[in-house]
Amino acid sequence: MSAETASGTSADLRPGWVTRLKRVPVTLLLAWTIVFIVLAWAALPSLFTGYSGTEGVPGEQLRPPSAEHVLGTDGLGRDVYARIVYGARHSLSGAFVAVTVGLILGTLLGLIAGARGGWTDVVIMRVVDSMLAVPSLLLSLSIIVLLGFGTINVAIAVGAVAIARFARLARSEVMRVRRSEYVEAAFGSGGTFWAVLYRHVLPNSLTSVIALAALQFGSAILAISTLGFLGYGAPPPTPEWGLLIAEGRNYLSRAWWLTAAPGLVVVLVVLSADRISKALGRTAP
Amino acid sequence: MASYLLGRVGQALVVLALTFTAAFLLLQVLPGDAIMIKFMSPDMGLTADQIAEIRASYGADRPLWERYFTTVGNFLTGNFGISIQAGVPVSQQLATNLPPTLLLASLAFVAALILTIILATASNMVGMEWLRAGLQSLPSLFISVPVFWLGIMLIQIFSFQLGLVSVISPGPVERLVLPVLTLAIPISAPLAQILMRNIDQVLAQPFVAVARAKGASRSWVLWRHVARNAIMPTLTIAGVLFGELLAGAVVTEAVFGLSGLGGLTYQAVGNHDTAVLQAIVVISALAFVTINLIVDLLYPVLDPRLGSRSGAPA
Repeated sequence: MSAETASGTSADLRPGWVTRLKRVPVTLLLAWTIVFIVLAWAALPSLFTGYSGTEGVPGEQLRPPSAEHVLGTDGLGRDVYARIVYGARHSLSGAFVAVTVGLILGTLLGLIAGARGGWTDVVIMRVVDSMLAVPSLLLSLSIIVLLGFGTINVAIAVGAVAIARFARLARSEVMRVRRSEYVEAAFGSGGTFWAVLYRHVLPNSLTSVIALAALQFGSAILAISTLGFLGYGAPPPTPEWGLLIAEGRNYLSRAWWLTAAPGLVVVLVVLSADRISKALGRTAP
Repeated sequence: MASYLLGRVGQALVVLALTFTAAFLLLQVLPGDAIMIKFMSPDMGLTADQIAEIRASYGADRPLWERYFTTVGNFLTGNFGISIQAGVPVSQQLATNLPPTLLLASLAFVAALILTIILATASNMVGMEWLRAGLQSLPSLFISVPVFWLGIMLIQIFSFQLGLVSVISPGPVERLVLPVLTLAIPISAPLAQILMRNIDQVLAQPFVAVARAKGASRSWVLWRHVARNAIMPTLTIAGVLFGELLAGAVVTEAVFGLSGLGGLTYQAVGNHDTAVLQAIVVISALAFVTINLIVDLLYPVLDPRLGSRSGAPA
């Protein structure tokens, strides 16, 4: 009886969070769940596993997945699941740095190009074009040669690739909003350029920038794992995901779980970022 | 048309010049000097004077602007400098390493095309809703798979689990099967995504409804009317695909231990062999710019609608 009245009143009100959650597609919900789990791994790895991410247990080498070791152990007796959990911090923070570098520098370049116009625009956009003309892996490799190996350098190298994409998006957003009537009105009523940019252009382009950031986060994880695999990232004891796969390669014939497990995690995270980015882009005005 | 052509070519040249300059600045002004890395090591036993002499022989002691213009002149005449690590001209290294990579890349491209056409056709012909949804989400999955991991998994499955492809002494064809597949799957993803979206767009057009109303079957419409219109826009990503093929080849060759442009790049990064890296960067940018230019110029010819709209004969 009481349940009936409760449902009756809630129908009159705005839909509750449960109803709204039910309208979210299952795949999107799954994508967010995966992202949250991986973020939790990165924040508090010791909550998710009792094993160490870098130190092995003697006599426990190359155990196949079991109840004790969910994803088996590697050649030094280290728990693979623990290494993936501890590796989340390296892979995610790398991707985070990369996206931040690309987002800030790229958006700034695009804003300036779109706002100033004229020669500034031409020069900036030709530089962006030339960045896009080089395959992204080659661009990253050139920057790694310049900066040297290491986690942060790899992250910056991956972020540099994203600069051009953010710059293009930011510029096109500025151009789009600039032509609209309310922006003209804002200028007409005495708004300075930067004030209009902040109050009108920025909020209107935020959705598409965030959607691109989500997409770039996924590709940054892919690129960082690729560079880690090639040996340009963090040095060996680090449980970075690409490095885990590279190490597992030596035991390909005997221990399939060493390469399969970290690779699957990368695929799931990248797929999730892709799915979330699509959902964000769809809600764009 | 002439001014458009001139403008496009000029723009392409500017992009190319910028790429060259950026690559030069990035790779020549770097801290880890390739000559130092090779000759400074104590086991070489060289004195400071001898090192200075070696630097002079490579032209590394000249001022930056002078080196820049010398390099520009050299590149224009097809001289890409000397690989410091290998001690041979870069052009010679490229000549030996380009053919195997070109073979791998073109085979992978053909395989990717076949895979794309199968995917796009199947997802449009299949009646079952869930199977169609599954096929349509396959490209997203392909894009999310790291190329190197895909290669390792294919070795794992086909060589170690099923024993279909020998790893120890594969024949010339057998050796290429898995690398081609590894490279083709991620390349097919953007192709399939664009093709599927285009097919959906074309299917929604009135002329398709007319053709169906006249009694054409679904497959007739798909092949005779939709395919031509849907394949055209796929051309626009040809340049991007080339870049993906090249980058994919670097990783694929590293995974399968093949020699080629990828292996050369990989070694050049490890050895700070900047001359090699600069040549590869500039050549790939040249290829990208040229492909995009050709597509841009060819597009109005292939699609008469674009030519007539601008009012100029294509």
